[in-house]
Amino acid sequence: MKAYDIVIIGGGPAGLAAAVSAKEKGVDSILILERDKELGGILNQCIHNGFGLHTFKEELTGPEYAARFIKQVLDLGIEYKLHTMVMDISHDKVVTAMNREEGMFTIQAKTVILAMGCRERSRGALNIPGYRPAGIYSAGTAQRLVNREGFMPGREVVILGSGDIGLIMARRMTFEGAKVKVVAELMPYSGGLKRNIVQCLDDYGIPLKLSHTVVEIRGKERLTGITIAEVDSKGKPIPGTEEDYDCDTLLLSVGLIPENELSRGAGVEMSPITSGPLVNESLETNIEGVFACGNVLHVHDLVDFVSEEAGAAGRNAAAFVMGERRTSQGREIKLNPIEGVRYTVPSVIHPDQMDDKLTVRFRVGNVYKNCYISVYFDDERISRRKRPVVAPGEMEEIKLEREKLLSYPDLKTITVKIEEA
Amino acid sequence: MEKRELICIGCPLGCPVTVTIEEGQVVKVEGNTCKRGDDYARKEVTNPTRIVTSTVTVEGGKDVTVSVKTQSDVPKGKIFECVKALKGIVVKAPVHIGDVIVANAADTGVDIVATSNVDEK
Ligand SMILES: Cc1cc2nc3c(=O)[nH]c(=O)nc-3n(C[C@H](O)[C@H](O)[C@H](O)COP(=O)(O)OP(=O)(O)OC[C@H]3O[C@@H](n4cnc5c(N)ncnc54)[C@H](O)[C@@H]3O)c2cc1C
Ligand code: SF4
Repeated sequence: MKAYDIVIIGGGPAGLAAAVSAKEKGVDSILILERDKELGGILNQCIHNGFGLHTFKEELTGPEYAARFIKQVLDLGIEYKLHTMVMDISHDKVVTAMNREEGMFTIQAKTVILAMGCRERSRGALNIPGYRPAGIYSAGTAQRLVNREGFMPGREVVILGSGDIGLIMARRMTFEGAKVKVVAELMPYSGGLKRNIVQCLDDYGIPLKLSHTVVEIRGKERLTGITIAEVDSKGKPIPGTEEDYDCDTLLLSVGLIPENELSRGAGVEMSPITSGPLVNESLETNIEGVFACGNVLHVHDLVDFVSEEAGAAGRNAAAFVMGERRTSQGREIKLNPIEGVRYTVPSVIHPDQMDDKLTVRFRVGNVYKNCYISVYFDDERISRRKRPVVAPGEMEEIKLEREKLLSYPDLKTITVKIEEA
Repeated sequence: MEKRELICIGCPLGCPVTVTIEEGQVVKVEGNTCKRGDDYARKEVTNPTRIVTSTVTVEGGKDVTVSVKTQSDVPKGKIFECVKALKGIVVKAPVHIGDVIVANAADTGVDIVATSNVDEK
């Protein structure tokens, strides 16, 4: 069996950044396994701009951002295999993969970095009886068809869900000559980034109807139209609010979900909220030496944060391989997300083991205006930061310092919550 | 005095920015996190611009499309003319990031360039 110090599952931005930082830290035996025909992950189909402002101080498109990291991986001579699907990861870090040249093969890894990204939610989004005629696509599939295959799925479009991919595709299909009639969102707020509402919908006069859902689908072979209706606070359609739209295409953009079948198979403990692994300050799962980063850990909207997080995972994996990791001495502090804060990554911190500075990322469960993001060390409030608005569509963060944590030797719980001003 | 609420589109953080305008002049920009937000807000109230991204067809390449963008932002009113300038364009592989696909698109003075690499088949 072949052996590597670090095996990275997935060659998207997370996998690439993890590989680069592990190599720079001094580990040479690294292998990236990617099932697609190229490195770069989902970015290859995200042809719009808005990537990399924080990492490169310039605004790049998805493929350009990916190309920068791919170049670093190639320049550093990091090994990778394409067209290679990872089938299984065992508890003792044997990775089973398959490709056409080698068939099924196994690799013994000292550490594994999970970087498999996420997939689109689709099942359950159309919670209505009736036919499923042709013309219904997930927004990401439509994005791949238009941008990579040069194929337009339809001419008259309705979008259900206001996730970023749906918003981006509203503009994209408009450019390609389609008429995007409406974006209907079940929730009273959008799941997408504000900038995408401004420059993908508002710029083109595409209406966004919040608290609306699809209640009827028409057409037998091919979609011919849909009906949307307003929903009440429990998400139930309000009779009398129905509106009909003729359309040949319905795109579903109802969110992303981390792709963790492999992680579960390996026995990695999962968070029911993020659907990603529970990790400590080193981005390490409950299995020692198995790390996670990027969209497989929790869904990100900013690739820059993915790269940053993945860089940390790569460094931590390298430190583990090189035996340089600080020892945890058993001390563990729990992060406690409450009152509007849905989860935190990481969920526990070993202060002895952490870097000098640690970024804790989280999402909120609702829209809050003029609020504070507050941090408590047990019962003592340590900081509060004023925010004009926080929303579920945008990831938030706080920073913790090792020095500070060490100066509280009895600290058990760090609470993060939203407080009204 | 007029106040306008904008969302900065400089990056996906989407900061809420308030611009104060007095007698047609921007006198104050608040709420932005970085300098780009200030630039964006001033421009958005006077001369709004956008970067346009799309794809064109490739012949003889490993992929059938190549992604493109306007090298810098163009006036909002010119977006559709830029998109139109790309219709029907077919390029031959290989294509490299930065290759000019359409020079001076829609008379904006801005080139449309490739944003991905497509090798020959
Ligand atoms: C439509 C869309 C628009 C976006 N817009 C922006 C934006 O404007 N600005 C911004 O900063 N960010 C944006 N993002 C976010 C950013 O692109 C993602 O957060 C980032 O790509 C996540 O990187 P990743 O490496 O975790 O996942 P991915 O890019 O999904 O990469 C995961 C890789 O793992 C591979 N893989 C999965 N399972 C296996 C397996 N079993 N074996 C082998 N390989 C496997 C996949 O093939 C894939 O290549 C956008 C995302 C989407 C989807
Ligand atoms: S002000 Fe700066 S940080 Fe905020 S959205 Fe604009 S570019 Fe991004």
